[in-house]
This record gives sequence, C-alpha cells and structure tokens, in this order.
Amino acid sequence: MRWFDRLLGIDRRWIFLAIGVAVVIPFFAPMGFPVVVTEPVRRLYDAIEELPSDSKPIFLSMDYAPATTPELDPMSLAIMRHAFRRGLPVVVMTLHPAGYGLAQRAIATAAEEFDVEYGVDYAFLGFHPGIAAVMLGMGIDIQNVYAEDAYGTPVADLPIMEGVRNYDDVPLLVSIAGSAYPDSWISFAYQPYGQRVAAGVTAVMATDYYPYLDSGQMVGLLGGMRGAAEYEVLIERHDKGVRGMDSQSVIHVFIIVLVVLGNIAYFAQRKGKRPAPQEA
Amino acid sequence: MLRRQLPLALCFIAGVFMAVQYFIPHSSVQDFYQRLLDWLMTLLAFAFLLGTVSLIKVHFHKIRNRAADRGFSFVVFFGLALTLGTGFLHPEHITPGSPFDVVFQNIQIPIEATMFSLLAFYIASAAFRAFRARTLEATLLLVAAVIVMLGRVPIGDVIHEGIPAATQWILNVPNLAAKRGIMIGVGLGMMATALKIILGIERAWMGGGD
Repeated sequence: MRWFDRLLGIDRRWIFLAIGVAVVIPFFAPMGFPVVVTEPVRRLYDAIEELPSDSKPIFLSMDYAPATTPELDPMSLAIMRHAFRRGLPVVVMTLHPAGYGLAQRAIATAAEEFDVEYGVDYAFLGFHPGIAAVMLGMGIDIQNVYAEDAYGTPVADLPIMEGVRNYDDVPLLVSIAGSAYPDSWISFAYQPYGQRVAAGVTAVMATDYYPYLDSGQMVGLLGGMRGAAEYEVLIERHDKGVRGMDSQSVIHVFIIVLVVLGNIAYFAQRKGKRPAPQEA
Repeated sequence: MLRRQLPLALCFIAGVFMAVQYFIPHSSVQDFYQRLLDWLMTLLAFAFLLGTVSLIKVHFHKIRNRAADRGFSFVVFFGLALTLGTGFLHPEHITPGSPFDVVFQNIQIPIEATMFSLLAFYIASAAFRAFRARTLEATLLLVAAVIVMLGRVPIGDVIHEGIPAATQWILNVPNLAAKRGIMIGVGLGMMATALKIILGIERAWMGGGD
C-alpha cells in the first residue's frame, strides 16, 4: 500500500484521539496567545461604556440552550460583569425554554462578584413563549408581557423597572443567542420601535450578522468564543473565553493541517491512478 | 363552508389587519393589535402542550408495537416523568437548588453540551476526508476557510498580522455581499408567501396538501 493510500485510509478514531488531546493539553499548559480586539466587539463594549451611570436598565436576552453554553455563557457573564462594574442595572430574560436555568446560573455567578441587589441592580423576568409576540408586545408595554418576574414578584414592584414602560426606556438590548433570535430582535424591536440591539452568537452564526452591523441596525456583535474572549480582554476580567482560546487555536491549526494533508494525499492518489502516457 | 371558507376569511382579515395596523396609530386599532398579540402568546403556550402530547403518542406507539428501539422510548418517559415530577414539586417558580434546577444543571446541561461537543470530532474527520480542492470554486472556499479559521483565533495574529485583516475583509466584503443578497431574496420570498397565504392562494397550512 502506498503512503497516500495509507494516509487516506487512516482509522478516524486516531483523528478523534488527536482532537481530544489537542483540546485538553492547552488547559494544562496554557500558551497565552494574545487576544486582539476586533471592531464589532469594541462597538458593543463602547455602547455599554457610553451609557450614563444613572441609565435605565440594559436588557439581556439569553436565548440559548445548554448545547451552546461554552460559547455563549462567557458572553453573558462578561456583559453582566461589565454592567455591574459600571453600576448599570441589568434585566435578564429568555425566550428559549432551556434558557431559564442557564440564565439563573449566569446571574448567580456574576451577581456574587459584585455588591448588587436583586430587584434594584438586576432582575430576572424568566421565560415567556411567543418570540415575535413578546418582542412586539414589549414595544407597547413590557409589564403587559411580563406581569411578574421569574419569582412571582409583580414587575411593577421592582425598583429596577421604575419608569421603564417600553423600548423607549431601554437604552440597549443584547441578545445572546444560539439560533436566529437576533434577526427577530432586529425585525420586531429595532425596525418598528428603534430599539438599539446588539448580539452575541455562536461562531458559525456570526457571518449572518455582518449586514446588520454594516447597515447600523446592530450596535455590536460578539462572534463565538473569540468574541467572548475579546470582551473579557476589554473588561480586564479573563475567564472561560480567554482560557478557551489556546485550545481553539490548536484545534483550528490541527484541522487546517488535516485538510492540507488530505488534499496532498488526494492529489498524489489521483496522480498515481492516471495511466502512463503512451509512447508514439 | 365552516371547514374551508371560515379559516380562509379569518386568515385574510387577520393578515390584512396586521399589515395595516402598522400605519394607523389610532388607539382603538393599537388596542386591538395589543389584544391580538396577547392571544398569540396564549396560543403559542399551547404549542408546548401539543408538542408534549405528540411526543407521548409517538413513543407510546413504539412501545405498543414492540419497535426494535423501544428501549429509548422508556428513557423518554422516564426523563419526562422526572422533569415533570420535579417541576411540579415547586410549581410556582423554579429557584436555584430546587429539584428541577438540580436535574437541569446536572443532567440536561452536561448531556446537551456533550452532544454538541462531539461535532468537533466529526468536523475534523469530515474535513480530512471530504474538503478537497477539486474545482476552482472548491479551492476558493478552501482558501477562504483556512484564512478565516486562522484569523478567528489568536494564533492567527501570532503567525502574521495580515491574517486577521484578511479575515475581516472576507467577512466584511464578499461574505456581507452574499449574505445581503440572500437576505433580500429571503425577504421578498417571505412577502410573496405571506401574500399568497393572506389571499388564499397558498392553502397548505389548512392541511390536505392543496
């Protein structure tokens, strides 16, 4: 058997093993690659940084399921930390049924790091079905959609919601999403009501949102774990985003090496199969 | 009459109203619009019930018909009973540390995260076996993919400062142009489909396949 046949016929379990090793090793031996901040991430950071300290609450919609937590949880945490550090109130909500438990966990993690009080500095509205209807309804009256918070307290009784009636009173809405929720926020909150919207999405989704960034319909964008890592660098609070960058770097390089090797072997095999030129 | 004309008439009236209300800020119109949104949210809540009933029916039939993979159906019923049971222990609200939250945090999150993580292994294997520069288009795709993959991780900055810049260019220029074209096409398609449904030309939503 020739070398390229052997290479192309390699048992895929060896590839799986190599991937596993490549992911794990950087956690034990960090390489500390520098994370350079890109423009879409800086725009979201600046949008929060520019809010006055007596601002009305930022709304954080955590619209994702457990499958995408490694990429999206660091974003939610970084945004909450940024807001809490600046003394900005945050109202968390979710339009994904599985987002409820994830939001509770992220809120608890961020809140315990700061001197913040539930109902005053942050609140959790819980899950509500009906994506478009909720988004449109919030444009008229938020308390009509969310009469109570996640724990049964009337939203009208929460000090954080004082003077917050609809999107006119929400300086920024950030949708952290594992599927196309940000498109809906643009269609049903930005377009009819002019709500400023930013998004944090998985790496594979990020390319879909560049048209919104370019048109100014979206304030900023965090794409994948890299986006979270950049935000962690900006708020100078390194966490899982930055820690994951070494593994992601190694994996990306490894996959590129595999693609190159696969192509070399493929062309060598094709050349080997080509019939020898006939002598005249 | 009731089975065909009434749903079509309701669809027409609701569709036209939702389109027209956007241009009429009068309070009576906006109040009715708000009421429609409330109805919509109530209706959508029932979708979860419908989904659960459908799931139970599918797996009940598998068990009753002794399907080869009926063991998984028992797992579904066990999971359903466990989550419903723990949910009803504190039906008013789910707080951190409650039984439902413990099940969610310790079973559902790790299971879903594991399932998604497996993609990395299969993507690597598939890229090795299938990502070939067979044609000019495939070669362009391959080169763009390599640049973006390097440019989206910090090692790209270490290798050469031009890689992240090239990545941003790919995302901001060819990607943006293609996405914008697709989005405009999808938008026009959505409008055309909505019009067809409102006018009763497209009736597949009524069932029966016409």
